[in-house]
Amino acid sequence: MTDDIVMDHLPTRRDEEWRYGALDTLKGMSKDIFENWRDIDVPAGESMCETFVLDAADGPDLTRLRVNIGEGATAAIFAVNTGAPYSRMEVVVRCAKGAHFEFGGVTIGGGDATREFVTRIAHDEPDATSNQVVRAVHWGKAVGNFLGRIDVVKEAQKTDAAQDFKAILLEKGASANAKPQLEIYADDVKCAHGAAIGALDQTAAFYMAARGLPPELARKLQIRAFVADAFLALEDEARQEELLERALAVLDRKL
Amino acid sequence: MLKIENLRAEVGGTEILKGLSLEIGAGEIHAIMGPNGAGKSTLSYVLGGRPGYEVTGGSVTFDGQDLLELEPHERAAAGLFLGFQYPVEIPGVSNVQFLREAANAQRKARGQDPLSGGEFLKLAKEKAGLLKMDMEMMKRAVNVGFSGGEKKRAEMVQMGILDPKFAVLDETDSGLDIDALRVVGDGINAIMRESGKGVLLITHYQRLLDYVKPDYVHVLAKGAIVKTGGPELASQLESEGYEAVAA
Repeated sequence: MTDDIVMDHLPTRRDEEWRYGALDTLKGMSKDIFENWRDIDVPAGESMCETFVLDAADGPDLTRLRVNIGEGATAAIFAVNTGAPYSRMEVVVRCAKGAHFEFGGVTIGGGDATREFVTRIAHDEPDATSNQVVRAVHWGKAVGNFLGRIDVVKEAQKTDAAQDFKAILLEKGASANAKPQLEIYADDVKCAHGAAIGALDQTAAFYMAARGLPPELARKLQIRAFVADAFLALEDEARQEELLERALAVLDRKL
Repeated sequence: MLKIENLRAEVGGTEILKGLSLEIGAGEIHAIMGPNGAGKSTLSYVLGGRPGYEVTGGSVTFDGQDLLELEPHERAAAGLFLGFQYPVEIPGVSNVQFLREAANAQRKARGQDPLSGGEFLKLAKEKAGLLKMDMEMMKRAVNVGFSGGEKKRAEMVQMGILDPKFAVLDETDSGLDIDALRVVGDGINAIMRESGKGVLLITHYQRLLDYVKPDYVHVLAKGAIVKTGGPELASQLESEGYEAVAA
C-alpha cells in the first residue's frame, strides 16, 4: 500500500505527454521534482532568447519551462539534449496577440537513453506565430522523441504555427517517435507540421567519398548540416556554433 | 595509367560488365560510347567503388596500384575523379566548405599540408572563373537548386579544384546547352589535357567530342568493348547508329 501512495504522483503511459518517456527511470523520484517549473515572462513588446544544454550523465533529468509571451513579444529557446538515461525538456507556452515563439531542439546520442522534447503551445489570441524545428540523431538503442501539441482557440485568428521534426537513425536498434497534436478551433489559421525518420543519405555519402572524404568526416558533415537546421533561427552566430559543437561532440565520441 | 582487364561486375545479382578490357595511357583521352543499358554508368561506378556494384572478376590497375582494393575516398586521394551523370545534392553543406574539406582530406592522405582558408579561396576563385561560375554559387549548398547545366559545370569546378590525375566523366555533356557545352569542354581541356593525366569520357553523343578531341573512341555494348577506333569512329556512330557499327 505504501508503495502505491508513493507512486501516485508518477506519470504513467496513459498520460499522453509521457507516452514515450523512460518511466522506469523515474521510480523513487519525489513529488517536488514533478512540480518544479521555471516560469519565464516576456513582457509585451520585449524579446528573450535562451539556450540550454541538457547533458546529465546520471539522470533522470527533467527541465520544465513555462513561457508566457506578452503582446507583440518574442521568445526563443534552443536546446541540445544529450542526457542519459532519461532527459526530458518540457516547454509550455502561451502566446498573446501578435507574439512569436521560436523553438529549436536537437536530441543526439546513443546508449539506451531516452531523450525528448515535449512542447505545448497555446495560441490564445490572434496574430501570434510559432515555429518549432526539432532534429534527432541516434544510434545504439537510444530513443529520441518529440511530442508537440498546438492549441489554437476560437479567437486566435491568423495564427501561424509550424513544427518540423526529422530524425536520422545511424544504427538498427535506435528509434524515434514524433507526435504532432493540433487542436484548432479558429478557422483562419495556418498550422503546418511535418515529420520524417530515416537513415543517412547513402547516395550523398558515396558522392562525398568520391571527392575524397573519409566516411567518418562525410558523416559528420552530413549530420552537422542536418542538426544545424534546428539552430538556423538563432541569430547569435557564436551561440549557434557553440550548440552545434556540443551536439557534434557527442557524435565525435561515437566515430 | 589505367588498365582494366577482363572486368566483370554485377548489380543486384545481374551481370552488367562481362569481361571489359581497356588500357588508357598517360596524356590520353579516351571516349566510350554506347547504347542505353550497355554498362557505361556501371563502369564509372565500379571504377569509383560505389557500394552495390560488385566486381566478380578481372582487375583494374591505376598507376601500378590495385584500384579495386581501395575504398572510394582512397581512390580519390590516389588521383581518381568521378564526374557524376547526376550530381548529388547535399543540403546544408556549401560548395566551399565541402570542397575545402575534400581537398584537405586528399592532401592529408597524400602526406601534404592542408590548404589555408585563403589559399583555398584563391584556388576556388580561379577554377570557378575558368568554368565561368559565379563565386556566389560556390557559397550555396552543394548542387541544391542548381539547374542540370549548373550541376555539370559545378562538377568541373570541383575537378579543377581537386586536380586529379585521372578523370572518369559520366555523361558530363548531358543537360548542357550549346554555350555551356563549350565552356565545359574548354574546362576539361584546361584542367586535364596534360602529359601526366588521363581522361575517360563516357557519352552518348559526338557533340562533346567536338570540343574535347579524344585519342581513341570505344564502343561499349552488352558489357564489353566491341569496337575501338580513332575520333572518326564517333562520327561514324553518329551517322550510322550503334547497331550498324557495333554489329
